[in-house]
Amino acid sequence: MGFLIDSFLSAVSLLWSLDPDLYLIIYVSLKVSLSSTAIASFFGIPVGFWIALHEFRAKRFLITVLNTLMALPTVVIGLWVYAFLSRKGILGMLDLLYTPTAMIIGQVILILPIVISLTHSAVGRLDHRYRKTALTLGATPLQAALVVLREARFGVMAAVIAAFGRVIAEIGISMMLGGNAKGFTRTMTTAMALEYDKGEFVLAVALGLVLLFISLSVNVFLHFLQGRSSA
Amino acid sequence: MSSGIGNWRWLVLLGILLPLSAWGDGKVLKMATTTSTENSGLLNVLLSAFYRETGIRIRVFAKGTGAALKDGMDGNVDVLFVHAKEKEEKFVSDGFGAYRLAVMHNDFVIVGPSKDPAQVKKAKDAPDALRRIAETGSFFISRGDDSGTHIKEQALWKLTGVPLSTRSTEIIKGGKKKRRLFMYPGTPGKWYISIGQGMGKTLTFAEEKQAYTLADRGTYLKYKFGRKTGLDLEVLYEGDARLFNPYGIIPVNPKTFPHVRFDLADTFAKWLVGTQGQRLIANYRIEGRTAFFPDALPHAK
Repeated sequence: MGFLIDSFLSAVSLLWSLDPDLYLIIYVSLKVSLSSTAIASFFGIPVGFWIALHEFRAKRFLITVLNTLMALPTVVIGLWVYAFLSRKGILGMLDLLYTPTAMIIGQVILILPIVISLTHSAVGRLDHRYRKTALTLGATPLQAALVVLREARFGVMAAVIAAFGRVIAEIGISMMLGGNAKGFTRTMTTAMALEYDKGEFVLAVALGLVLLFISLSVNVFLHFLQGRSSA
Repeated sequence: MSSGIGNWRWLVLLGILLPLSAWGDGKVLKMATTTSTENSGLLNVLLSAFYRETGIRIRVFAKGTGAALKDGMDGNVDVLFVHAKEKEEKFVSDGFGAYRLAVMHNDFVIVGPSKDPAQVKKAKDAPDALRRIAETGSFFISRGDDSGTHIKEQALWKLTGVPLSTRSTEIIKGGKKKRRLFMYPGTPGKWYISIGQGMGKTLTFAEEKQAYTLADRGTYLKYKFGRKTGLDLEVLYEGDARLFNPYGIIPVNPKTFPHVRFDLADTFAKWLVGTQGQRLIANYRIEGRTAFFPDALPHAK
């Protein structure tokens, strides 16, 4: 019990004392995770929409593939992207390995299937008469899509939140492609793994608590946005 | 085909009995060591020879030095085999370790890209080599994980005269505030990159960035000559006595932790510094090269 209390107090004191290292770690984590979530949403939501609103032959197969990709281990993606970005790889001359950009690339690949698949199921669940009605009332296809988006916004938002939760908590990609460089690519999860390796369990758990707190804050914020948009 | 079912049953029985028998004979020693020790491959040679002679099996938990010492302080293991002399001595004087015996040493080398932009080859000693890296702002990858190698690296930076910054992080242990210090030259993330990872990972990181790093010779040799595509880094500075890396063996103190297998740990420690252990160390080769030097019997052959 003493150990958990220590961790909790350390977490509070680290946040309260504005520990510069901790804030840098939080900053890097949020920058990378929010960027990859934004990019994956930008591409993934329209694709999910498109799949939901169209019938085509390979649709079921495509959905099965997407659902499979949702279970792709982060180390596999990490290795894959590593092979491309390494000095000996095809994109080696870009010198991207061990940078936040490399982490974002890996994380986008990780969550793109999540965004597409969850958007698809959110839109697919809707009564398709919304769109038909909009179209018969003279809406352009884009306007009709916006009507559908409005109706599906909770599901789409859930897709975005799930994607963010996946990247902020993942460690494989961050470690393999970011390399855990202090002040540059060290995130909450890689910092925790490091503190565990060093035997600094109190600090590791304290970081875990901070991570939970950050996730909570982001989710509350997104929830708030959602509430506003429905009003 | 009925015999097939019989075989299957035997296999299940065997599967249940084998682990039980290993558990039952009681001659199992838990040892915490560092990843670099395990990666060198020397441990396999030592442990299997020891098992053949004594029937004592050793279960190895390889971690960073900090975590290995922590395992000892928590009484999770029976014996420690690490390389951070000062911390080890403190571990013993604090009552966690029964005693410490000097076993062997290997040495550190400063490796970097063959182009050597910082002219480390011309350095007159180890601190001078690091000073050259700092002055040219060449990339330097630091373990940054409180490992023996990291501790050695920080000690060397102190000798360079390069201005160092210290950051401290406050944590709470047992209701008391404690400070953890982190010392580094330059600004983290600029040319000095602290990655908090093991030796192998640090070497591949340095290769990717064509950067300098401090590495133990054993791990370097493995990565340079033991792989199909060898590491694209060269030894640029070596030989300073301050780069020696002594290993010690410490049985966990049975007075502090009555449950530890001190009898077995003691046997292992004495065996390691005896003729047999020292001979194996002296004759161990990594890719055809000597990597460890016995310290208890320096002339063992």
